[in-house]
Amino acid sequence: MFRYIVRRLLQMVLTFFGATFLLFALVFANQKDPIQALVGERPVTESQRTFLTERYHLDDGFFTQYWYYLKGVLTGDFGTSLTGRKIVDMMSDAWPVTLRLALIAIVIAATFSVSAGVYSAIKRGGIFDNVSLLLTLVLLAMPIVVIAPLFQLIFGIQLGWFPPTATRDATFWQLLLPAIVLACIVIAPEMRVTRTAVAENLRADYVRTARAKGLTRMRVIWVHVLRNSLIPVVTLIGVDLGGLMAGAIVTEHVFNIPGVGFNLARAIRTEDGPLVVGFVSILVILFLFINLLVDLMYAALDPRIRYE
Amino acid sequence: MDVLPGVDPRAPLLEVSDLHVEFRTGYGVAKAVNGANFWLSPGETLAILGESGCGKSVTAQAIMGILDTPPGYVTQGQIKYRGVDLLKMSENDRRKVRANRIAMIFQDALSALNPVYTVGFQLGELFRKHRGMSRGDAKKRAIDLLDQVKIPAAKARIDDYPHQFSGGMRQRVMIAMALALDPEVLIADEPTTALDVTVQAQIMGLLADLQRQRNMGLILITHDMGVVADVADRISVMYAGKVVEEAPVYDIYARPAHPYTRALLESIPRLDMKGQQLSVIRGLPPALTDVPKGCAFNPRCAYARDACRQDPAPPAYQVSHQPHRTARCHFFREVIGE
Amino acid sequence: MSDLNTVTSAEAPGGQPSLPRGPVKKDKPRSLAADAWADLRKRKIFWVAIVLVAAILVMAIWPTLFTSADPGACALSNQYKGSSGSALFGYDYQGCDIYAKVIHGARNSIIVGILSTALAGVIGLIFGLSAGYFGGWLDAVLSRFIDIMLGVPFLLAGIVLSNRLSSDPKSNGIFAVTLTLGLLSWTSGARVMRSAVITAKNQDYVAAARMLGSSPARLIFRHILPNSIASYIVLLTLLLGINIASEATLSFLGVGLKNGAISWGIMIAEGTSFARTQPWPLVWPALFLGVTVLAFIMLGDAVRDAFDPKLR
Repeated sequence: MFRYIVRRLLQMVLTFFGATFLLFALVFANQKDPIQALVGERPVTESQRTFLTERYHLDDGFFTQYWYYLKGVLTGDFGTSLTGRKIVDMMSDAWPVTLRLALIAIVIAATFSVSAGVYSAIKRGGIFDNVSLLLTLVLLAMPIVVIAPLFQLIFGIQLGWFPPTATRDATFWQLLLPAIVLACIVIAPEMRVTRTAVAENLRADYVRTARAKGLTRMRVIWVHVLRNSLIPVVTLIGVDLGGLMAGAIVTEHVFNIPGVGFNLARAIRTEDGPLVVGFVSILVILFLFINLLVDLMYAALDPRIRYE
Repeated sequence: MDVLPGVDPRAPLLEVSDLHVEFRTGYGVAKAVNGANFWLSPGETLAILGESGCGKSVTAQAIMGILDTPPGYVTQGQIKYRGVDLLKMSENDRRKVRANRIAMIFQDALSALNPVYTVGFQLGELFRKHRGMSRGDAKKRAIDLLDQVKIPAAKARIDDYPHQFSGGMRQRVMIAMALALDPEVLIADEPTTALDVTVQAQIMGLLADLQRQRNMGLILITHDMGVVADVADRISVMYAGKVVEEAPVYDIYARPAHPYTRALLESIPRLDMKGQQLSVIRGLPPALTDVPKGCAFNPRCAYARDACRQDPAPPAYQVSHQPHRTARCHFFREVIGE
Repeated sequence: MSDLNTVTSAEAPGGQPSLPRGPVKKDKPRSLAADAWADLRKRKIFWVAIVLVAAILVMAIWPTLFTSADPGACALSNQYKGSSGSALFGYDYQGCDIYAKVIHGARNSIIVGILSTALAGVIGLIFGLSAGYFGGWLDAVLSRFIDIMLGVPFLLAGIVLSNRLSSDPKSNGIFAVTLTLGLLSWTSGARVMRSAVITAKNQDYVAAARMLGSSPARLIFRHILPNSIASYIVLLTLLLGINIASEATLSFLGVGLKNGAISWGIMIAEGTSFARTQPWPLVWPALFLGVTVLAFIMLGDAVRDAFDPKLR
């Protein structure tokens, strides 16, 4: 276990430096007028120009610039938006609602994909299995920019089952439809992996033992089979997280939820470069961190790794 | 313990008659068991002997009621436990028979134990689900059990996972699991095949001790004639899904009545035959989708004549009454007389 | 929208297309391609995908076959008018012919999709081939680099890079988006190619060819590539669908196509703002985008099932 964690942490450190450098290079490397690039098409005042030059150390060499950027990232200083607000403050305002949205989405996705995946695996080749495989293919292919506006239109506006947009304090009821939209991104892959894993585990020898022990069918499946099948499903969460983040930008924008994605989408529209770079940096770090957590969880779920 | 309706304590412990099991696959129907007959009394060890694919493991699974259905189906026959036909029971009653009355040990303990739960959990689960014990009590009982199967430092190892045990220790855990609820019948499916020779002897010794203490009936499924000689009381030899010979262990070793049994015995390496060529059985067992007409063993048999190649297959001839012996060979007198 | 890895790892619809499929042939087997084709021909989903893809391609190449109206000719007097004459789907907020715009939108989607996928395909091919064939430090460096690329979520990197590349106020963003998607989406292809090459390299006939003195280039092009190219093309088909979806997402957010370039993503963004009163300007482009992406994913999925020997 200890060696596994150490190895994983070392990997994380390498990826952290690599990813932040990559991100920084995407924005600043070989840029003729980096300030104009940051603020886009809007005119830059002389004082803004001085401020940004100083802030990003644009007079220094590229690697020095990266060094200062990295120092900021490590000390929690992500700079200031063109609106004058500190990016860390904006983030601390925005994240609670996004976290709530994400949690609701994950609970919906996990409940649905695990139960449907298990049922599909038990009734392999049946009607439910075939229909759900076809549906997940459609769901896999639908871009979030199609699902989010159409769900809002159909279930929010036309049918009126859910509130179509959220207010500032975003209640659970208002977050439910956008959470379903977000859940759609992960339901299809997670359900397919659950199905494959359960179908494989159902044929395992230990299942025969569990049945020979006189356990009920429910206990054999939900305690013995599922625990083994969850291992690949959990790893997938780390992979899906990137898609979930992109999805949150579109979804929060469409449903007017004042969270992280909403702020990022607005920053893109208003061409607030420092805000985009700051928020994306935070998200990338979060992404790396959660992937580390997922790998550690993987070890917790599989004792064979834990005692390696 | 749950009370099962119809159980008669004076009835024979276990009686299998005319059992048929088939597997329906996309490639055709494989008849894995074609009329198996045997019985078991308390305290007795019955060895079921045969090459791989002869239907012995399938028979065990059919008795336990843990065949994979589909593709496996019991199509005919009876499995009577204390006078009650298990095949006519409701699934719920059947489930209560498992582990409580009839328990089973599997071949490869590493894959037969769930890799993600501790040994304590998997043992304790039996007490919790069948006896309604609390987690704490169940754990105490689990430690007792590990002591009984002679696992050193049972208390310290109760929270270990299966992969942390050695092969022999894992098989002891399997045995503990099977004995947890004091079953009257224990089915051991190749319990020592995956182990080293020295460990094999220890495990067989442990099984024999525990059986004597508890007066259990033991069905030992194996292809190893050497193991059988030491522990079995009676032997049923299976070939292509049928019991071809049934006899007390001494008689069968001294004077086999079926050509297949005879061939099996001759293929055991023996010290006093050193330097001579070991005889082998020609050919392969038949595919279960395509069993030969008449006696299934005829293509490989040195005694085979025209009668053996025609239906009906030889019935179970009574070789002797005292002791009880049967053989499915038209020419058993010839085989036994030599 | 989902990650390419999950699309490729997921199973085929229709349960197990594997086991009993007619009698087992003992005579000389047909080639893998012929086998796969025989299998594909029987799949309904394959034919549905083929018809859809063909229709979309025709639409992208000859949009005037479907509409004679100029998608740029908008008159505010037509705002939200219902369908009339050639404007089958009615008019949008700015009085543009929705039908004409949706039809003409296919071209940009397909151009960006195909070019970015081709770029990713070439990069992935070169990187994957060289990492797999030469191994050693080159493989180590490239593999770590791919790990780092995967450390930044695809679309977040896309937002930043596309934003930067399209900073020229006059550009329509097509070049920028194509470059962005191409530069960011080659990683899974490189991984697949790398492992395919390593597998092929260890096969006896390749080892034999090497001992007979084949040059590395000849080995790669005559022996290794033909065996791994099928799965690579399947991967690119799936990637094409994903890149089309990504273009729409970037355009939707305002960092993709711009300055009058027609994009389904932009139409969806505009339609969303007024969906409360006028749903159709949103529904049509969303439908076309959804069906287009689905068609490519279905096509890739069906071909992969036919070619994947593991499922046979």
